Amino acid sequence: MTAAPVDIELARSFGLKDDEYETVLNIMGRTPSLTELGIFSVMWSEHCSYKSSRLHLKTLPTKAPWVIHGPGENAGVIDIGEGLAAVFKMESHNHPSFIEPYQGAATGVGGILRDVFTMGARPIANLNALRFGDASHKDTKRVVDGVVRGIGGYGNCMGVPTVGGEVNFHSSYNCNPLVNAMTVGIARQDRIFLSAAAGVGNPVVYVGSKTGRDGIHGATMSSAEFDSESSSKRPTVQVGDPFTEKLLLEACLELMATDAVISIQDMGAAGLTSSAVEMASKGGVGIDLELDHVPQREPNMHAYEMMLSESQERMLMVLRPDRTEEARRIFEKWELDFAIVGKLTDSGRIIVRHNGKVEADIPLGPLADEAPIYDRPTVVYERQPALVAPADPCGIEAGLCRLLAGANGASRAWIWNQYDSGVGGQTVQRPGGADAAIVRVEGTDRALAMTTDCTPRYGQADPYVGGAQAVLEVWRNLTATGATPLAMTDNLNFASPENPRIMAQFVEAVKGIGDAGRALDFPVVSGNVSLYNETRGDDGSVTAIQPAPVIGGVGVLDDVRKAVGLAMPQDGELLLVGETRGELGQSIWLKEILGREEGAPPAVDFTAERRNGDFVREQIQKGLVDACHDVSDGGLIVALAEMAMAGDRGCILEKGPAGLAEHVYWFAEDQARYVLATKQADAVLEAAQAAGVPVSRLGRIGGDVLKLDGVMAVSVEHLRKQHASFFPRFMGQKEEDAPVVHLDEIS
Amino acid sequence: MKTGIVVFPGTNRERDMAQAFRVVSGRTPQMLWHQQDSVEGFDLIVLPGGFSFGDYLRSGAMGAHSPIMKAVRQFAEKGGYVLGVCNGFQILTEAQMLPGALLRNAGMRFLSQDCHLKVEGRDSIFTSGWKHGDVFRAPMAHGDGNYTAAPDVLDRLEGEGRVAFRYCTAEGQVKDGDEHVNMNGSARSIAGVLSENRRVCGLMPHPENLTEEILGGTDGLPLFNGIMEALG
Repeated sequence: MTAAPVDIELARSFGLKDDEYETVLNIMGRTPSLTELGIFSVMWSEHCSYKSSRLHLKTLPTKAPWVIHGPGENAGVIDIGEGLAAVFKMESHNHPSFIEPYQGAATGVGGILRDVFTMGARPIANLNALRFGDASHKDTKRVVDGVVRGIGGYGNCMGVPTVGGEVNFHSSYNCNPLVNAMTVGIARQDRIFLSAAAGVGNPVVYVGSKTGRDGIHGATMSSAEFDSESSSKRPTVQVGDPFTEKLLLEACLELMATDAVISIQDMGAAGLTSSAVEMASKGGVGIDLELDHVPQREPNMHAYEMMLSESQERMLMVLRPDRTEEARRIFEKWELDFAIVGKLTDSGRIIVRHNGKVEADIPLGPLADEAPIYDRPTVVYERQPALVAPADPCGIEAGLCRLLAGANGASRAWIWNQYDSGVGGQTVQRPGGADAAIVRVEGTDRALAMTTDCTPRYGQADPYVGGAQAVLEVWRNLTATGATPLAMTDNLNFASPENPRIMAQFVEAVKGIGDAGRALDFPVVSGNVSLYNETRGDDGSVTAIQPAPVIGGVGVLDDVRKAVGLAMPQDGELLLVGETRGELGQSIWLKEILGREEGAPPAVDFTAERRNGDFVREQIQKGLVDACHDVSDGGLIVALAEMAMAGDRGCILEKGPAGLAEHVYWFAEDQARYVLATKQADAVLEAAQAAGVPVSRLGRIGGDVLKLDGVMAVSVEHLRKQHASFFPRFMGQKEEDAPVVHLDEIS
Repeated sequence: MKTGIVVFPGTNRERDMAQAFRVVSGRTPQMLWHQQDSVEGFDLIVLPGGFSFGDYLRSGAMGAHSPIMKAVRQFAEKGGYVLGVCNGFQILTEAQMLPGALLRNAGMRFLSQDCHLKVEGRDSIFTSGWKHGDVFRAPMAHGDGNYTAAPDVLDRLEGEGRVAFRYCTAEGQVKDGDEHVNMNGSARSIAGVLSENRRVCGLMPHPENLTEEILGGTDGLPLFNGIMEALG
């Protein structure tokens, strides 16, 4: 490559602000080399440095007696009993997924899997949270198709079941979809591996795929807004190879069963640079790298390219010197590259040599300590006023059918039927079977409950509520299976933090997450921030995404046999836990039936949430509940319809309470509510009264019709047809618009 | 009975398979690395599901050339029992130990959902756990499960009772042209076949994933019970 002169112009093109470049000059005391400038720019990118978000993330609750490692490691680690730990995290791959949806999504899954098995855990579940543009937008079908194939292509090949997720459609994601992937793994508590390097003189070892020119400056790209030139950034999207990752997983776990590994770090965003810098910085040591030894896919690679490449499926490790050959044999067995590329030093510097020349020599202290950190200005966020409930233009039955047939209410089976949800042989509840996915912990009677959630339209109207509600819904979904919620991971997707209104969204949402987490003893143990999710149109106008503070949660069931799903059982009664005040503001009903996105979102009440949830969990644990479903998008009637469709069983409902219009009662999205199916309604009602929990009778289970006397009588079969209609129609199986089959899509 | 499960690079359902055998026998099968060149001393060799060598060529094409496959072929020629599920079935057809081939699913998408299978094979330990004509449920999880073979080969398989399993409705109706029943578009709805001596069996769906109530049912158990009964 031709070397451009290193100056402020080049620094700008690398994404550094002028004052940040000034700091670089001060630290170096000279003009940095191209490679050094590259290292500074990626380490100080929003993606790697969290410079706009760090101040606020520090306020989140991260501790609990069961938290083993909170934020700061590759993934969070919690105690799940029997000497075992759950290791989990969620991460975004938004920008690449618009440019090249298949590879963007696939490598997103690959990256989060590596974060988890880097720590010594075998991944047991993948989940995701996807947000696409309006179904009528020209790019949406292409993006949905590629993202779904990409997630499936990677996860299926890895043999990690994809067991849960959520999907929204909204026009604010037209050119900026959100692809958030979560992985949960299991490890022995005494075999957790961290990234802090130790032992001056110890070898630094590179394993996995060879380094190519793909993904150079990916971290910088994902720290900038989108414009019409973005598709020309295709070369910065990495290409995934799940087969190599599967080998890497097995090789790493085999090696980790020995005592060879001192520390290990995957090469994700900013590749070799960030893994080497993080390992050395955390360990308080220096690091020398000899790039001549780095396995290379292409000839004549420059040091700058090797340090910034985001080639996938690579790891960096510090090994015990006397175990290096044993380690080499394991990686040779799995036919993976294994190369000693450097050693730890006491210099406190990262020194990179290539072709006998020093290409970079940077003091690690200032690289980390003087990284920019911004307390970005905010404004007072204008919240939406409460909604005056509008009249019902179409009736309950027609409204319900329209919600179930709409993009946001439709069955997601078309998507999850492309994900292998059973591989591993421990899946207890597959997608759609319960409010959270349930996967048994191999060799035990325990299970993990896992879910992801967020309601961006709430956060758009009131970011504090948006952050808090995402936490509450996740906690509720875990609870509805009978699990005890333990901890969460957050994936904060927002537009530009340099816009004070967006920054206000961010700050408020983080406050909401923090307050909810504290109220529920539900700490944040890992997370990821994705900013600059906005699109600049050709006319200069900017479209910001609806804020999406996505939460992934993990809970534990001590006895998996006590878990319940959401399918309507054959008989029994239906009870509603929680109060219905009639909150229609920002509801799906309001948007889909009246085309209005207005009003204040439903209020959050931490006390009621905890009281109701603890009550529900106790009833499930006592064996009094046959099925349970939380009430969320679309309100009570949609929750009941989902139960009916899953169980292929109808019910006869009683009318709503006097004082609330029927449509307000059935479609309102009031929080802290659950529907229970039980054959012991009296016992549950009695317990509720004693506990001071509002529980009311909804109706009886039976027949094959969802019936509300004088208001509605619709067959479960008809509902199911409506529910299943959207995706096949939208994705169209007709010849002329058949989706492109990617060459790299594998069976 | 001594069972060996072959692990190729990219195999990913070996643990599921081992668990199923553990459920019926209380014994854990032995994992066999694809580089080994002998399978002496085993009663049954299982090729489990996954993506051997990434399946970047044709599914199973690379796996069929692993060193262990020479040994598995000799083992089968001497009358040894071999079961291939999903990628294992693909490898057995690529190794020409079973007739036919598995093409990309007719709908060109990966399919992960339950299907129903009708038991049709005769005189085989792989179907003896069921009665002829029984229907059972099994999850499938594959992109290349569309079974095909020349018409005369299909005729012969049917004539000799070597179609082990066919896709069908929950009530047992076979509907070749119905994408909700014969989801991957297999010729004559064939989901599994037997070798001439009926000791090699390949099928696409995963009975090993339905062997405990807590995991969604026990529909897959008869496969393993039948094998256990015959081989002890």
